[in-house]
Amino acid sequence: MPTLSQFLGPLSGGLLIGLAASLLLLFVRQTAGISGVLEGFMHELRAGRFGWRASFLGGLVTGGVLLALFMPGAVVASPRSLPLLLIGGLLVGFGTRLGGGCTSGHGVCGISRLSLPSTVATITFIASGVATVAVLRFLGVA
Amino acid sequence: MKKTQLIAFVSGVIFALGLGLSGMTNPNKVIGFLDLFGAWDPSLLFVMGGAIAIHLPATAWARRHGMFLPAVPCAGRTEEPVGGVASAIDRPLVAGAAIFGIGWGLSGYCPGPAVVGAASGTLPTLLFFAAMLVGIALRSIQFNRKQRRNQAFIDTATDGL
Repeated sequence: MPTLSQFLGPLSGGLLIGLAASLLLLFVRQTAGISGVLEGFMHELRAGRFGWRASFLGGLVTGGVLLALFMPGAVVASPRSLPLLLIGGLLVGFGTRLGGGCTSGHGVCGISRLSLPSTVATITFIASGVATVAVLRFLGVA
Repeated sequence: MKKTQLIAFVSGVIFALGLGLSGMTNPNKVIGFLDLFGAWDPSLLFVMGGAIAIHLPATAWARRHGMFLPAVPCAGRTEEPVGGVASAIDRPLVAGAAIFGIGWGLSGYCPGPAVVGAASGTLPTLLFFAAMLVGIALRSIQFNRKQRRNQAFIDTATDGL
């Protein structure tokens, strides 16, 4: 089991994520669901009209660059092979839009609204992720 | 720049730093969190806990002040109240979440960390990000086809009425 100090990073990071989602809700009146923002942004890209989604994604990218510069240990590439990453990417993209949300949209924003569907979705994707990692471990991939 | 655009940008930066600080941008850690039957690392539960600890009261405050908006029909599910939160427990919701979970377990990435990771420029993360955009586009195309079929059916059914 990890020690208490190992929970401090996750907890403080979580508080920042909650703060970011709350800023977006209270001042922009939008939901910080990343998969939904990405889909909306792709529609905006085709229409050539940009709104808050482009700014929010610009912020995420800027944050990513800041992390790479000042906290290089935080952003790490996946240990998985390229085929698994490509299949995984397709499934994450398709599944999050079919289910109407991801870890942020259902897991943080939906549960904060006490939404039962979001709670069910969150339990489902965690259970499915646990089962997938267990199968990979059984097959000797993990 | 409009004020809402600036706040959306700042929110994005804080969101990314939160993901980085929390360990969500480290797929090894994410896979460890999902590895319940191996060397399970439960610490990422605190990410969700911390985020909800802030966002739940903010959401309650917004609700008390009547701040919820009508449906945003841009995303795949037109019935959702404010972009991203489903209104019913139905087959697409559960199937979609299950499919997402498989992809999450295979790769160690969910959408937020994929964007942040791609921004920091590692090639595998960029390729994952590209595949994820293809997945989003496929669902969008499939959804539009279904909408058109339904509309064609309604047009035929109501023809001559």
